[in-house]
Amino acid sequence: MNMASQQTQFTVLMRILHWLMAAMVLTMLGIGVAMVASLGDYHRLVSIHRPLGIAILIVVVIRFVNRQLSTLPPFPASMSSQERFVAHASEVLLYTLLFVLPLIGWGMLSAARFPIVLCGPLHLPPILPHSVILYAFLRRTHTVLAYLLSLAFIAHFGAILFHTLVVRDRLFSRMAPWRVRAR
Amino acid sequence: MPSESTASAEKQPALLSRGSTLRRLVGIGVVILCVAGGFLYLGGWFSPNALTPARFVDAFERADGVFSGFRRNHAKGVGVSGYFESNGQGARLSKAVVFRPGRVPVIGRFSFGGGDPNVADATNAVRGLGLLFWLPDGEEWRTAMVNLPVFPFQTPQDFYDNLVASQPDPKTAKPDPEKMAAFAASHPATVRALGIIQSHAPSSGFDNTAFHSLNAFLFIDATGKSIPVRWTLAPVQPFAAASVAATAKTDKNYMFDALIASILRHSLQWHLIITIGQPGDPTNDATLAWPEGREQVDVGMLTLDHIESEETSLARDINFDPLVLPSGMAPSEDPLLSARSAVYSQSFTRRAGEARTPSAISLREVRK
Repeated sequence: MNMASQQTQFTVLMRILHWLMAAMVLTMLGIGVAMVASLGDYHRLVSIHRPLGIAILIVVVIRFVNRQLSTLPPFPASMSSQERFVAHASEVLLYTLLFVLPLIGWGMLSAARFPIVLCGPLHLPPILPHSVILYAFLRRTHTVLAYLLSLAFIAHFGAILFHTLVVRDRLFSRMAPWRVRAR
Repeated sequence: MPSESTASAEKQPALLSRGSTLRRLVGIGVVILCVAGGFLYLGGWFSPNALTPARFVDAFERADGVFSGFRRNHAKGVGVSGYFESNGQGARLSKAVVFRPGRVPVIGRFSFGGGDPNVADATNAVRGLGLLFWLPDGEEWRTAMVNLPVFPFQTPQDFYDNLVASQPDPKTAKPDPEKMAAFAASHPATVRALGIIQSHAPSSGFDNTAFHSLNAFLFIDATGKSIPVRWTLAPVQPFAAASVAATAKTDKNYMFDALIASILRHSLQWHLIITIGQPGDPTNDATLAWPEGREQVDVGMLTLDHIESEETSLARDINFDPLVLPSGMAPSEDPLLSARSAVYSQSFTRRAGEARTPSAISLREVRK
């Protein structure tokens, strides 16, 4: 066995889940920020926002479990321990937000006693008691965390551009949607 | 070239020149700014004059004032509850569970239009009835109806412009008649709708008021076929014209008091009548009535047998969003519908976080 056979990429399933999540989150952030400013498209957007949020919640749980069961490719040797710490912390932040934001959305609609309709007659049960004060708090928290997620998303995207274009340490190849051969 | 140096060059790419590094950093910065700018664009940050739910509710607040914890429109109200007994006739029009034969619990709220929760009752004020039907499969149907046969505004923008035009002048504390006239002159549909509205004499009280869906909706049957509909609650209580003598001079809550007295005497009932639109009937313009003679189906009876002050009623903390629809009902292309949903939500969010003061129709009022 030589270095060439060492795992350099996330597993196929992990990469599929990552890029699926990326597309869902980008769509979700765009819909979220557009719908609160929209009159004519509000209903259409909110009707996508709710089921998409629940889909993100499901995918993030699958990703988390799958990640615990998988071996991860190492960081490039060029990354310092501080850089690795920051990379790891940003992953924890992203996972946490992707888990918490849909739950808060679900919770705030529950507190507003608003039906959580996914599609047709399919709907979710409330997870919190009816309380408009609780709703007001969660509604504000949902906005604050959504902005935080946008910033974390942009930072994550910026960091990978920096590593790929400036540091050129092949960090991106770990998560590339295509197959990258070890060398 | 020795192979060893090639391998090391692959592992450790040649250093970029300072100029090249800078160019790449600037490029990354531009891409990041584009993504961030895209989000801001979608959020309306570059269109400060576009009408948004927040600006709409701001206009209500400027027109009527801010009353902590109250709805920004239809602020004065009282909670009711009862049930809807479907006769099964609606099942051929819509697969919605509410139209299967049987009884579903309902809560509701009678209200007057306007943002002042202490406004004196008046027969010419807009009367509202918000309803929530709890369906056995956990779905809900919410509808916010008014006593107007047609709505005075075609679009959200018209509604907003009218709110702005009718804002009280700081000097006179009354709307500027010139602005009102200018609005009327540029909105013939509103003038026409007001003509229809004024040709319907108001009834004496809430209990003998007919309430209308305002907008058109779509009903979808079990085969997937959809038809345009409007609905009306037709009171069983006999019509009596609003009396000129009855005014709010002695009791500013006299219409609510009469409703309370009436519902305590006997439960109040309304037939739910579905009017079926024909091809060509307008479904995107709430200012237009449908022609006479359209097929009407009586799908069941609403019974309201319980009345409660907002202090205890669930209705105060419910957003009667007209787009909470069960499977089998869908919005028409009327632009007011999505805007109503958005603005109601904005109003709900604002009042949810505010300190509360008791409603005019207090616990004592309901019991006296």
